[in-house]
Amino acid sequence: MLKENEPLLEIRHLRKNYDANDVLNDISLDICKGEVVVVVGPSGCGKSTLLRCINGLEPIQSGEILLDGLPITDGKKKWSEIRQKIGMVFQSYDLFPHMTVLDNIILGPTKVQGRKREAAAKSAEKLLERIGLLDKKDAYPRQLSGGQKQRVAIVRALVMEPAIMLFDEVTAALDPEMVREVLDVMLELARSGSTMLIVTHEMQFAKAVANRVIFMDGGEIVESSSPEEFFLQPKTDRARRFLNIFNFEK
Amino acid sequence: MQGLGINVLFMGNNLPRLLEGLLITMKISLLAVALSIVLGTLLGMVMTLRNPVTRCLTKVYFEFNRIMPQLVMLFLVYFGLTKLFGINLSGQVSAVVVFTLWGTAEMGDLVRGALISIPKHQYESGAAIGMTKLQNYRYVIIPQTLRRLIPLAINLTTRMIKTTALIVLIGVVEVLKTGQQIIEANRYTVPTAALWIYGTIFFLYFFTCWPISILAGRLERKWQN
Repeated sequence: MLKENEPLLEIRHLRKNYDANDVLNDISLDICKGEVVVVVGPSGCGKSTLLRCINGLEPIQSGEILLDGLPITDGKKKWSEIRQKIGMVFQSYDLFPHMTVLDNIILGPTKVQGRKREAAAKSAEKLLERIGLLDKKDAYPRQLSGGQKQRVAIVRALVMEPAIMLFDEVTAALDPEMVREVLDVMLELARSGSTMLIVTHEMQFAKAVANRVIFMDGGEIVESSSPEEFFLQPKTDRARRFLNIFNFEK
Repeated sequence: MQGLGINVLFMGNNLPRLLEGLLITMKISLLAVALSIVLGTLLGMVMTLRNPVTRCLTKVYFEFNRIMPQLVMLFLVYFGLTKLFGINLSGQVSAVVVFTLWGTAEMGDLVRGALISIPKHQYESGAAIGMTKLQNYRYVIIPQTLRRLIPLAINLTTRMIKTTALIVLIGVVEVLKTGQQIIEANRYTVPTAALWIYGTIFFLYFFTCWPISILAGRLERKWQN
């Protein structure tokens, strides 16, 4: 078992480029167990790509990523195994449309982890109850609102009992009135001690949920500080300019 | 004495003969449909590859079969092959070959369309919960592809069944040809037989294809998401 302050996820000198375009330029970042790290930055700064690299959805050019002290980017271990420990929720709340909510959630546990259907259904129902959607377990995704789908998508990742959860702008495609219900689920997760890496444009939420805020720009980590410090007294001009976008004055 | 047209249907073994003809029609169509589904599925998968060579070849094959009238294809295979290479295919075999070539092209395009219509996010969501490529296809991608594909494939089946009427022209005695023979045999005694026989053939085609159409519609409604 890891102690509180030992890094669960270590990213070392990560580089990623599309052709001649540097998308991630020498990224190093440690995330400890139980820590909630929020990544913010302008569009195209590479924050989503960083998450996708951690989950093996994008190949990297150099550097390495370690989970639990073991390298996951050296090609020795299969991504299908690693991804069971790294849950990911996407911006496009893509449930599998041909399955009920319950079947969506237990697909991973039964087919990937080989758990019994009944046991998997039980933990799925427990999680559904926690997010207030137990009554929707036999509904199909098309019968749910965007916010409900995204909450189910979170449960679908959670049920695998991952060591860390990645959230890639999960509220960006939602109608404003549905953003809150999704963020509340994430806040609750953070309070219950989950390790989370969150990319978001919701600054108020970032302030409330984060232990640490990472500011990225141009494929680099420009700032890494506590939320209080970052939102009140950002160290760099670039961060100050970015934060000003969210301020309106009469 | 001129008889009533409808009586021709029930004279001798005319009706059983018509049904026998229908059986030939069905045999040829269903054989071609079955082959088209198997080969078309493979073709469709190849058509989604990014390889420029396969892309070009499959495109040429598909366009050729789509543009070429089926009748010309039938003549090419039935008469052309014999003239050019001395290959002597029977009318029925030629028919199956031509309709399979055509059906494979159409089916291939349907499969290609269904495959690329599955959003990239579905593949990624499946991968993100730790499924291997194979599991992802088995549980996420193929079930969705089938739901999109089956109604379209059924429609293609009805189109193929009715287009087989063309094979009269290469001398296959199927339902239409049998009908023509009956009409010819009664031309002097029952001049109105044509209306009744063709009318009957219309209904035979209709009742063969209609249930298939209904099935396609049902599945489409059931699976729309």
